[in-house]
Amino acid sequence: MQRSRIFGPVGAVWFLLTLAAIVYATRLGLLLAPTEATMGNVARILYYHVPHSMLSLVFPYINFAASLFYLYWRRRDPLKALTADAVAIAGAEVTVVYGSICLLTGMLWGRVAWGIWWTWDARLTSMLLLWLLYVSYMMLRKLSATGQTHTLAAVLSVFAAIDVPIVYMSIRWWRTQHPAPVFGGGEDSGLDASMWPAFAWNIVAWALWGVLLLAMRYALERRRQEREQEAALQAIEASLEMAQ
Amino acid sequence: MSYLGHVMVHLRKDLRLEWRSRDAINGMLFFALLVVVVFSLAFDPTAAMSRQIAGGILWVALLFASIIALNQAWTREQRNRVLETQRMAPAPPSALFLGKAIANLIFVAIVEAILAPLFAVFYNLHIIGQGWLLVAVMPLGTWALVCNGTFFAALGLRTRNRELLLPLILFPISIPALLGMMQATTAILSGEFDPGPWIRLLIGYNVAFTAACLLLFETVLNAE
Repeated sequence: MQRSRIFGPVGAVWFLLTLAAIVYATRLGLLLAPTEATMGNVARILYYHVPHSMLSLVFPYINFAASLFYLYWRRRDPLKALTADAVAIAGAEVTVVYGSICLLTGMLWGRVAWGIWWTWDARLTSMLLLWLLYVSYMMLRKLSATGQTHTLAAVLSVFAAIDVPIVYMSIRWWRTQHPAPVFGGGEDSGLDASMWPAFAWNIVAWALWGVLLLAMRYALERRRQEREQEAALQAIEASLEMAQ
Repeated sequence: MSYLGHVMVHLRKDLRLEWRSRDAINGMLFFALLVVVVFSLAFDPTAAMSRQIAGGILWVALLFASIIALNQAWTREQRNRVLETQRMAPAPPSALFLGKAIANLIFVAIVEAILAPLFAVFYNLHIIGQGWLLVAVMPLGTWALVCNGTFFAALGLRTRNRELLLPLILFPISIPALLGMMQATTAILSGEFDPGPWIRLLIGYNVAFTAACLLLFETVLNAE
């Protein structure tokens, strides 16, 4: 049985493009973009932090859509369902990676700009809760019994998707009732036109990188599934030979 | 038999089982009591301060305690392969879930009824806000915990680390509901702000997740 490739020619071209885009975007952000007026060079973390946080809000949709497709195909077309499940786990893991980067770089920035590592501001809190949801999704995949993992994970993904808007609203209410001790982080209350190219290029570069990660994780998961199927087939063949 | 009839049969069975063993309620009650005692030792609160923190502590104690009951809720069904029989039964699976969830709601409500006076004594509580609203907040908050908790306990039933998995997936999902019940209770105890939005949040949370649980329970029960 032929194993699916993890890194085909398309992947190689994509990788090189991504690498070029990251180099170009980083150069724009670190060297060419104008220095920010109040925070100085520290504000250059914007070009890394904000694209990651925006993208970490996109990948959960991939996970949710794939989980819905999995639940739909589960009985109708199990092979397609396995494909959807591989997309779902890839989406969840990339969400956690991007969310972690967003939280960590945000903390670094907050330490310099606000003087504190963390504040229970509405946006920080909702991001942390989103991150917690997807970590719990990965824990479920790790801990659940082999035959059931796909279905249970897809169900949890649907629950997480219902939870996200409620989290978002409740945290906003929470923070409007108790005014935040530190100002609510209004860094992008308008980005200067000269900063836009660097910002846009960084979004493109890190989106390309995220899709590459997603595709590689998907291919890895497909390989694992194929090995599982092979092992199951061999077990069936062996049992048939014994019967003869 | 009607849908309601199936729910009632499951509910009666769970209540009878609990009446004969009293494992869940006794365990929960003692555990919640221990949490309350430990917290009051840790904070040593004054009357004014206790109004600020009591809502949070009460719900944390109930949350931890209900995990105990929820973990046991489905293990009972696994003895003698009862659960397999119920999967084959021609009754709607969501009726099984609903009966179990209502039974758990009753167990936790009994614990609350015993715990609340003790709580008021230990923390010197005098309610400043509209106390009667607690009649709405307590069942809403309890249902938010118990409905998802019963569902996730079934979800983790056949996993290796069942006891570990339940809090790991229940807590992150429940955080908005926990925030809602804690804020509403604090608002009622301290009378400093309006509990209305938080009660509405709890109602919305309960409606959304009860619907999701009822729709997806069959998938989880037959997940193989």
